Amino acid sequence: MLNYTLRRLMFAVPTLLIISFIIFALLDLAPNDPTGNLPLTIPPEVRAQIRESLGLGQPFHIRYLKWLEQFFVNEPLNVLEKMTGIEIGNSAERLRIRSWATRSPVVDLIVERMPQTLLVVGMSYLVGVLIAVPIGVISAYRQYSLFDQIGTFVSMVGFSVPTFFTGVVLIVIFSANLGWFPSIYDTTLRVTDWSSFWAQVRQMVLPVTVLALYNAAQLSRFVRASMLDNLNQDYVRTARAKGMRERVVLLVHVLRNSLIPVVTVIALGVPTIFSGAIITEQIFRVNGLGQLLITAIQGADIPLVQTLTFIFAVLIVTFNLIADILYGILDPRIRYD
Amino acid sequence: MKKMAMALAAGVAALSLGAGAAKAERGSDGNLNILYWQAVSILNPFLSGGIKDVEASSIVIEPLAKYDETGQMVPALVDEIPTLANGGISEDLKSITWKIKEGVVWSDGTPLTAHDVAFTAQYCMAPDGGCQQLAKFTDVEKVEAVDDQTVKVTFSVAKPFPYGPFVGKESPIIQKAQFENCVGPKAPECTAQNFGPIGTGPFRVVDFKANDVVTFEANPNYRDPAKPAFATVMIKGGGDPTSAARAVLETGEFDYAWNLQVEPEILAQMEAVGKGVIVTSFGTSVERIEVNLTDPSPDKGADRSTRAGGEHPFLKDPAVRKALSLAIDRELLVEAGYGAAGKPTCNILPAPENYASTGVDWCLKQDVEAANKLLDDAGWVPGADGIRAKDGVRLSVLYQTSTNSVRQATQALVKDMWAQIGVETELRNIDAAVFFGADPSSPDTLQKFYADLEMYTNNFPGTDPEGYMAGWLCSNIPNPDNNWLGTNQPRFCNEEYDALVHEMAKTADLAERGELAKKMNDILSNEGALIPLIHRGEVAAHSVTVEGMRMNSWDSQVWNIADWTRKK
Amino acid sequence: MTDTVLKPREGSAAPLQTRQRTLASDVWRQFRQHRGGVIGACIFIAIVLMVIFGPYLHDIDPKALDVRAKNQGPSFAHPMGTDNLGRDMFAQVLAGGRTSLSVGVTAMILSLCLGTTVGVIAGYVRKLDGWLMRLTDLFLALPLLPLLLVIIMLFRDTLRKAFGPETGIFFLIVFVIGITSWMQTARIVRGAVLSVKEQEFVLAAKSIGTPGRRIILRHILPNVLSPIMVSATLGIATAIITESALSFLGLGFPSDFPTWGRLLYDGVNFLTINPSRVIWPGLAISLTVLSINYMGDGLRDALDPRIRGR
Repeated sequence: MLNYTLRRLMFAVPTLLIISFIIFALLDLAPNDPTGNLPLTIPPEVRAQIRESLGLGQPFHIRYLKWLEQFFVNEPLNVLEKMTGIEIGNSAERLRIRSWATRSPVVDLIVERMPQTLLVVGMSYLVGVLIAVPIGVISAYRQYSLFDQIGTFVSMVGFSVPTFFTGVVLIVIFSANLGWFPSIYDTTLRVTDWSSFWAQVRQMVLPVTVLALYNAAQLSRFVRASMLDNLNQDYVRTARAKGMRERVVLLVHVLRNSLIPVVTVIALGVPTIFSGAIITEQIFRVNGLGQLLITAIQGADIPLVQTLTFIFAVLIVTFNLIADILYGILDPRIRYD
Repeated sequence: MKKMAMALAAGVAALSLGAGAAKAERGSDGNLNILYWQAVSILNPFLSGGIKDVEASSIVIEPLAKYDETGQMVPALVDEIPTLANGGISEDLKSITWKIKEGVVWSDGTPLTAHDVAFTAQYCMAPDGGCQQLAKFTDVEKVEAVDDQTVKVTFSVAKPFPYGPFVGKESPIIQKAQFENCVGPKAPECTAQNFGPIGTGPFRVVDFKANDVVTFEANPNYRDPAKPAFATVMIKGGGDPTSAARAVLETGEFDYAWNLQVEPEILAQMEAVGKGVIVTSFGTSVERIEVNLTDPSPDKGADRSTRAGGEHPFLKDPAVRKALSLAIDRELLVEAGYGAAGKPTCNILPAPENYASTGVDWCLKQDVEAANKLLDDAGWVPGADGIRAKDGVRLSVLYQTSTNSVRQATQALVKDMWAQIGVETELRNIDAAVFFGADPSSPDTLQKFYADLEMYTNNFPGTDPEGYMAGWLCSNIPNPDNNWLGTNQPRFCNEEYDALVHEMAKTADLAERGELAKKMNDILSNEGALIPLIHRGEVAAHSVTVEGMRMNSWDSQVWNIADWTRKK
Repeated sequence: MTDTVLKPREGSAAPLQTRQRTLASDVWRQFRQHRGGVIGACIFIAIVLMVIFGPYLHDIDPKALDVRAKNQGPSFAHPMGTDNLGRDMFAQVLAGGRTSLSVGVTAMILSLCLGTTVGVIAGYVRKLDGWLMRLTDLFLALPLLPLLLVIIMLFRDTLRKAFGPETGIFFLIVFVIGITSWMQTARIVRGAVLSVKEQEFVLAAKSIGTPGRRIILRHILPNVLSPIMVSATLGIATAIITESALSFLGLGFPSDFPTWGRLLYDGVNFLTINPSRVIWPGLAISLTVLSINYMGDGLRDALDPRIRGR
């Protein structure tokens, strides 16, 4: 397994380089333009100069190599410098990756967005998993019971109704009519005491609900399907025949084996926590990484989009590796070597 | 205690403390929550021309003179506006001299001087800086500080309207001491400065989260000791216009929301809740359909949509253009998509009063019969499928615009109206960042105009239309030679029109300038190079508890935020 | 000939046939016993029939505008009311169903085929595992929106010329949704294959010299069907919703071309004025997904060799 992990890690480097190149080429080819959102009162000649000042006049490969240097050399050095407080080389001359829209270092923007994204999207993912697993297990164990039917119905509706709809419905009911929860997430809120903690909880309720519903709906289907597959296996019959208690059979034997494919699904979902939930973040103005990405894409802010998507790519590759390793640990029959 | 205090929690605490105090006291009215659904990216308008960025920065940094809600120039950092009459403008129209008000200080306590003004010009005009407001400094030869309070702008040509630099929200004054090391290519690297400019305005920046939220506090050194009434301001960003309207009108979480292009019936229903009111004001924005007078057929290859590729197969016929305009029921477009924020118009230049033509009104009333007759007379006869044709050319148009729900509704309505005169329409909507992007490699831009008709809104900054009208000069036609840069989208080329533009550049008298602009407007509208549809207003919503707002389309919408107060 | 011979013995023919049953008839027999599956199939067929023949019964043009009758509630003339431009909602839901169903089903099948093929090959053929999974990583990492902008820019005009604006865009959308949504299926299927191929019956099949293709089709695929079925049900919902997002961004069908997702999207803002604008398209999407889900359940049970035997 260690051998396998090392081999995969080595393989990851060229993979990521290729991915970064393809993303860069794609963004370069895309027809949207950084001056697209400016008012038309800014004349075309000025637009041409703006484009020039952003470095768009340089050839493609130079811009790509520059980005590589900034991402893999300059930014890590910068982080190192911040952590240790020792100046390495000429740090003032070192070019950082700067967003075209905000002109500030991309890494700072990402760090600023992390808390709300991890809190809201991460929490909703956790809540989603916590709901989905028991629902999936019970639904499968009591297949075609009333609970299963209702569970299936709710989760299918939950999945097929998009978040842009559920979000607005929740706002209209709970913010506009009942006035229980705020419809706009305040990123400047600092939790210092009970009342601010309560305010934080309240502003998280709606976005977390919307996202958790969606995640749970999807996940519970996979749990149910996987449980059903295992419930009919011979080892279950053997366990029951041995006179094991049903609880033990279900929770120890069946659940453990059923979770194997589910772990893949969960691990694959983790990077999406970081990429945020674009629509939900927009609706509730959580303004996390998802909103950062979509604003950047709409504004053709290439350095920001490139860096963000590349970080997501790293996460995806990493979590796929983690999923594979977990898979090998959970299911001893699987051998990669 | 179920009653909501919401995001106002912090502000409410401050409010209750200051509730007993007299009205005219700085910072007595607590917190003001503003919602710009396009989030603010940067507070330096020279590095981002986006309206949201320009307006948010206008709370902090100010120009020498602003425009009020009627389009009149009002002094901000000066005592009076220089004119020919008071000697502020030289006789040859080549220079203008501004005298800065005594005793104005920056929020850090240092005095504002003419050197700051001169530096601002130097900052924006520096090569390689990518200054986005460079157009405000067109033809500026030099800007020099005569003494600490006097600054002189010299132009390379006679400028009948010399109020480009330092007037209006697009060219505020920045502090020399703060930005001194940020000139030219260094400008984007000064993050701290770009995120927190020091200004002379009523508020100063406390915290800035790019593309999310800005918090301001009252400027302790503001020139009017009794203002501003609010102690803090928060500008939040993100989301869409409908939910922004809801946050002010229905939930009451916010006090002010900007740019609410939402279907009128939705706004009306939200307003009925009674927590806020909708305000509109009209500037110079006109939603128009521009007509491609050249042939956009893909068969033309490199000559597609250029004058070299030849005239448009059917839009070259003035009767067709006129019929298309006559067939549109503009009242209906207003009712469906704009409500109080739109008025039908046949003019491309609807304001200010001095320049607005009243001569063209033949298109105001929909007249399908007349349109049909025009086409009949011109020889366009309906075929078997009901679509008119002549010599094998069918009246089938590709009609493009940017993606926006109101625009798509307008498209659907217009398509229906044109069907009544036997014109077939294919609709296309393009992502705004592509459509307005002017990227020469993209086929879908406004300038390339690979369609028969395209619809969008345009206007001009300030109150002088000279540069705007010059946009339709024959020499401003986008084509591959000028890298598709150019503002003459219809590819309109008319000697009489060009002559009028050149005459206006030499005319100083306001009344004469007005006459010239009106003539140009009439040519454009009557020739049918453009089909003006709607004179668009700006829509905003504010809470019923906020007073003193004067909605302004000529300058920043928050131009008089120093005067806003909370109703007691 | 045989018919006439068999005819007199019709009564005893049934037991005889069961012994010679084929896989298909066997699956069908099993499927019929699955109540949820049958109900799901009935509803799905009803929806399909409705969107095919509905427009002939309710013959209002979905694109016809009548601004004087905008935002109306349900009435005899407009059973689902009208939208803010006075278009009949019922006609739009019917017309939108044709597009949404065909886009949803085709895109789902495309993504399922791609995902399953990649997943099975990666899981079964160890040499290709690394390469295929890295390809999957690449696709997962690609930013969707710029990718779409590029694809549309490159191919729209060509397709429009070859097939006309609507069919051309149809191919484009199905293609775009298909190639951007197969990755999860591939990952899950690969995982399942990795686990199944180590089981005894596969080893047994291998040891008697069964060729790889046959092992995959006869032994492995039936055993990884349940995650595939879940992916299929979820996939169709995703495809319908993604299509609406594409149209909304100006990357899909022309704006006056109704689809369920688009109707829902446009209706959200009118939620409080005219709830029927969101209820019907929302219900249509949910019912479709639900019925396909039950059909999938039934089909899975019917195909599962362990259940079918009993």
